[in-house]
Formats: sequence, C-alpha cells, structure tokens
Amino acid sequence: MFSFKRVIADLKVFGKGNFRSREGLFFTLVFPIILILLFGAIFSGGSSAPTTVYVQNLDGGPASIAFIAALNSTSAIRLVSAPTSVNLTQYLSSHSSTNGILIPAGFTLAYEEDQPVNVTVYGNPASTTSAVVSGITSEVVNQFNIEGASNVHSVRVSQEVAVSKSYSYIDFLVPGLIGFAVLTSPMFALVNVSSSYKRDKIFKQLSLTPLTETEWLVSKIMWYISMTAISFVLMSLTGIYLFGAQISFSPGVALFIFIGPFMFVSLGMLVGTISNSPESAAVVGNLVTFPMMFLSGTFFPVSSMPVYLQNVARVLPLYYVIEGLTNVMIYGNYASALVDFGVLVAVSAVIFALAVKFFKWRED
Amino acid sequence: MPAIEVSDLRKSYGSLRAVDGISFSVDAGEVFSLLGPNGAGKTTTIEILEGLRDKSGGSVRVLGLDPWSDAYELHKKIGVIPQGFKFLDYPTPREAVGYYAALFGKKVDPDELLKRVLLEEAASTYFLHLSGGQKQKLGMALSLVNDPELVFLDEPTTGLDPQARRAVWEVVRKLKEEGRTVMLTTHYLEEAEELADKVAIVDHGKVVAAGTTSEIVEAHGSGQKLMVKGGPDLEEYLRHNTKLIVEASGGEVTVRLKGKDDALVALKAIEESGAAWSDLMVRRDSLEDTFLRLVGEGAVSEETS
Ligand SMILES: Nc1ncnc2c1ncn2[C@@H]1O[C@H](COP(=O)(O)OP(=O)(O)O)[C@@H](O)[C@H]1O
Ligand SMILES: [Mg+2]
Repeated sequence: MFSFKRVIADLKVFGKGNFRSREGLFFTLVFPIILILLFGAIFSGGSSAPTTVYVQNLDGGPASIAFIAALNSTSAIRLVSAPTSVNLTQYLSSHSSTNGILIPAGFTLAYEEDQPVNVTVYGNPASTTSAVVSGITSEVVNQFNIEGASNVHSVRVSQEVAVSKSYSYIDFLVPGLIGFAVLTSPMFALVNVSSSYKRDKIFKQLSLTPLTETEWLVSKIMWYISMTAISFVLMSLTGIYLFGAQISFSPGVALFIFIGPFMFVSLGMLVGTISNSPESAAVVGNLVTFPMMFLSGTFFPVSSMPVYLQNVARVLPLYYVIEGLTNVMIYGNYASALVDFGVLVAVSAVIFALAVKFFKWRED
Repeated sequence: MPAIEVSDLRKSYGSLRAVDGISFSVDAGEVFSLLGPNGAGKTTTIEILEGLRDKSGGSVRVLGLDPWSDAYELHKKIGVIPQGFKFLDYPTPREAVGYYAALFGKKVDPDELLKRVLLEEAASTYFLHLSGGQKQKLGMALSLVNDPELVFLDEPTTGLDPQARRAVWEVVRKLKEEGRTVMLTTHYLEEAEELADKVAIVDHGKVVAAGTTSEIVEAHGSGQKLMVKGGPDLEEYLRHNTKLIVEASGGEVTVRLKGKDDALVALKAIEESGAAWSDLMVRRDSLEDTFLRLVGEGAVSEETS
C-alpha cells in the first residue's frame, strides 16, 4: 500500500515549490547562516572588550599587590579576584572561564630575596583570549623583574591548562543554532502548509488521488531532513572557518539530523491539523515554538541558565536535540548522545502517531 | 445500473440539517445538475458522493460503490473539481499533470491533456499566476488524469468572467461527447439550462423539483400566459367578462391560460372590450420563472449579483 514512488513524486513537486518560493529557501538555508554570522560576530569576533581573568592571590604580601596592580594597568584584561579558599581550576570551570592567574604563597618573600618563584597562568591553549592573557602576564613579569631590587629575574611564568579541553562560546553556538534550524524551518513551514492546504481544500484534492496521508507526511519529513543536512553542513563550516569553532563532524550527528526534522515536521503537522484556520495555527505554532527556541540551549548553553529554567528546558524536546548534537560534536560523548537520541525517538514516535491520527483528509 | 443513486440522503452539522432527505439518480452518460442558491446543501451532497464526507443517513451508490467505505476504489474511477479549486502555488500546469500522472501511475501526455481543457497557452505558468479561468481549467485537467467515467464539478464557473465561463462549458460538453457522466452543481440557472440533461433544484437541503428543464417547468411553472399592454379598463373588462385569472402591473395585463380554449376566450374578450391594447404575446413560464418561484427571488438575486 505504501508507495515510495508516490512519495518521490510528491517530494519533487514540494521541493521545486520550495526552491521557487524565495521565502521558503530563505528560511531553510539562508536564515540559519545569517544567525550564525550574527551571533558568531557578536560573541567571538575581535575581542575588543577586556578579557575577564580570575586572580587568586595566595600570598597577599606587598609584592603580590604591586604585581596585581601592574597587571591591572593593562586595559586588555579585567581582573577579578578569586577567593583564596578555593581550588582555582574548579573555580574557573564553575565560572565558565578558562583564564586565571595564581600567585603562590610566599611570593613576596621570594621576590624580596630574589628567589625564583612561579606565577601560574591558567588558560585554554586553543583560545586566543588565553594567549592574550599569558602574553600580558609575561610582559608584566618582565617589567616587574627589571624594577626589582636586583637584576636577577626571579619571577617566572609557568603555563597551566585550566581544564583538559575547553570550549569557547562559538563551539556551543554551532550545535545550538543547528538545533534552532532543526526546530524552526520544519515547524513554521508545516504549520503553515498544513493549515493552508486544509483551508484551500488541497488535502481533499490530494485524497482523491492514490497518495496517502502517511506518504505525504513522509515526503515532507524527507525534504526537511535533506534541508537540515544541508544547513548543518553550511552552518558548521561557517562556524569552523569563520569563527574557529572546535567541532567535529562525527557520524553520530546523522542521528539528530534525522530525528530532529522527523519530530518537528510531525509536530508542525499536528499543530496545523488540529487548528481551524491558518491564523490560529500560527498562534498555536508560536506558542509551541518560542519557548523551545530560547530555552533549549540555542543561543546560550542551558548550563548557564538559572536552575528553574534548566528544569523547564529538560521538558522541551529541542533540548535533547541540542544536547545530543553538543555531546557528539563537542565532547564525543556517544553514551550520553544515545540517551538523548532515545528520548527523541520516544517523543517523536508519540508525536508522529498523533499527527497521523489527527491528520485526516476527509471529514466525517 | 444508474451511475449515481441517492435515496433519502441526510447530513447534519450539529443541529443544522444541511441535507435533509435528498433523492435522485443519474444515468450513465448524462449531464446532471444540482441547481440551488448558496447554502442549499449542494457542496455537502456532492462531497458525500465523492467520498470526501460521510453521510448522516440515507443511502448512496456511486458507480455501484459506497463512496465512503470504498473511497480508494471509487477515486480511481472518478474525477473531481472542488468548489473554488486551488492548488499548490508553484507547479506549472504541465508539472501538476505530471505529478498526478505519477500519483495515479498513469502514462499521460501533459500537453495533450492541457490542450483538451484549452489550457495549452499557460502550460508553463506557475499556478500562482494563472487567472481564475485557467485555474479552473487546470482543475479539470487534473480531474481527467485518471480517465474517469464520472466527473464531478462543484460550481465550476462561480466567479469567472463570461468568456472563461463559456470555455468551461465547452469542456463540459466535450466530457459528455466523450461518453463520461457529469454531475455539476451551480447556482446559475443559465448554466444548468445550458449544460444539463437533467436538473434537480435544491433548497434548504431538499429537492424541490427534478427532471428535464421542460418537465420542471411543466410541473412547477405557472403554465402559459397571455400578456398584453393595456390600461385598467382592459383589465376590468377581462376580469368581469371571462372566468380567467387576470393580473395587472406596470401597464401590462397578464392572463393565465389553463385550458386549451382559454387563449381564444381571452383574445375574443380583448377585441370586445374596445379598450386600447398593443404588444400582445403568449409566453410559457421559463425555468427562471419557475426557479424563482420555487426558491424565492431574494435568495437568488442576492446570490448572482
Ligand atoms: N463542515 C461544515 N460544518 C458545519 N456546517 C457546514 C459545513 N459545511 C457546510 N455547512 C453548512 O451547511 C449548509 C450547506 O452548505 P453547502 O453544502 O456548502 O451549501 P452549497 O454548496 O449549496 O452552498 C450551509 O448552511 C453551511 O453553512
Ligand atoms: Mg457549495
């Protein structure tokens, strides 16, 4: 009964229509790129704003205070002092930062006695801001040594990696915005298509052909999976080459490029089907889409949100798409990604079943 | 076996009885028209026949099938152009026909089919940019892709200009010539008169008259009447000196003719009256007169304007 030939015939007409209607193409392919250019430029382009550096002063003596004052006089970094009681590495990671400077206990004594002493700079080797921080610190150390009581260069800089691997905002932004595209392009399109086809009796028209509701839905799912795959590639390349995003194209990505559009085509279809008019469908569609659009980790990592919002995020299906993509593309954490995928399969199956149940071309 | 058989068909939307016990039958090869004002229940009826809506009561057979439960089978044999046919914005008529051909698994030459519905000149224009008449013609082309024995047209010319309307009529006549059964609904009397072999006039979900146009006029019309221009003196004379029903309005006197000799009686009386008269004629009630009588003038003039 299910005919793949009919799915392809429908896909051809729908796809051509999408390429011919400029808005369709804009929202599927151009808009996601614009987003990534925009957010990439805002958050990772030319770091004109001073970089925040956490300083932990375990010494507290006059030399260490003078050293911090010298660091502070450069405008490229902004110093924030970290409490002396904490482990600086953990402190940095809990503040989502990789930049820190540790002044050890006994710094003043060693300085006055011209004994060698190390100032440790924590940073992310891959990040440009960390390079800036360690460069500035070295310079300040050099000056400090020259101004010292003797000519012996007793203060040295030693480098420490703050975390085993660290990530910049753009790394999170790429999977986030891919998730955004996975959500918005099929949702908005299907809400609109299904409600306007209903109004224009195009579904009735189609029901007079051998094409079935399920075949029609599968054709839309296939179309949006293809479009998502294309925008995934375009967005990732933009992120990598323009903003130096550190992401990997692992095959696990395919799971989410498949299940995401599958879910949101079905959800859009469901919303469009149960609404009486394209106008009310648009309203319901927005009600469903907007919370997901902002709270699922699209524009900022969910971990940076307040806890109660994090709990909200966890009931939004898009959260699992983005978390899954992040797990695969950034952490290479396949076990967690599989859990995300499993959640999505279960949710999608329910939504798809509901869409098929309510999506009837004829009326009783 | 008739192509369509409808008996005591009923359909309610909540408390509204949109179709309230309609019966008729359509023979194969016939053009049948449901004629009635807006809201009469035409679309509801035709969509039940097409298997697009379920009925609330009564019985329906189309080509020997139950349209609702055998829809998949039925749809292979019928063609449908819904009221106000709309389609996807971007396929061209040629692509749309190709799409339907692929869905039906039929080998169809799109250009040949578009020629048959007089749409060849717009074969590569996006649907979005077609005129109302051209859209309607594409609807016809699509309904013919599966070479149907029975074609349904729901108000095929509503909103079209007279020229486009005539083109649609031409195609409907061709469908009949090709031996297909055609069922169409319309609220244009002229259209039913022009195309249909048989007409059923529906109003408020009921058939108020059915048959060929002359049968309807015979049964429901007011018969023949003699009309003559003349003043109140003529009217007075006729009223008092014949047993006929006499009406007058706007300087015209109308005499209803029932029996075979009534015309002669009336003529004789007119001569005897000595009153001034002119423009004498004998007329039969038209379908329009009958239609207006049956469904009420208000409903129709509001509709066709
Ligand atoms: N799906 C529906 N739900 C509720 N009422 C309907 C529906 N379709 C038609 N109606 C009502 O049924 C009546 C007959 O409508 P319809 O069959 O479309 O008439 P026509 O085609 O003759 O204009 C109208 O009063 C209309 O408002
Ligand atoms: Mg109608």
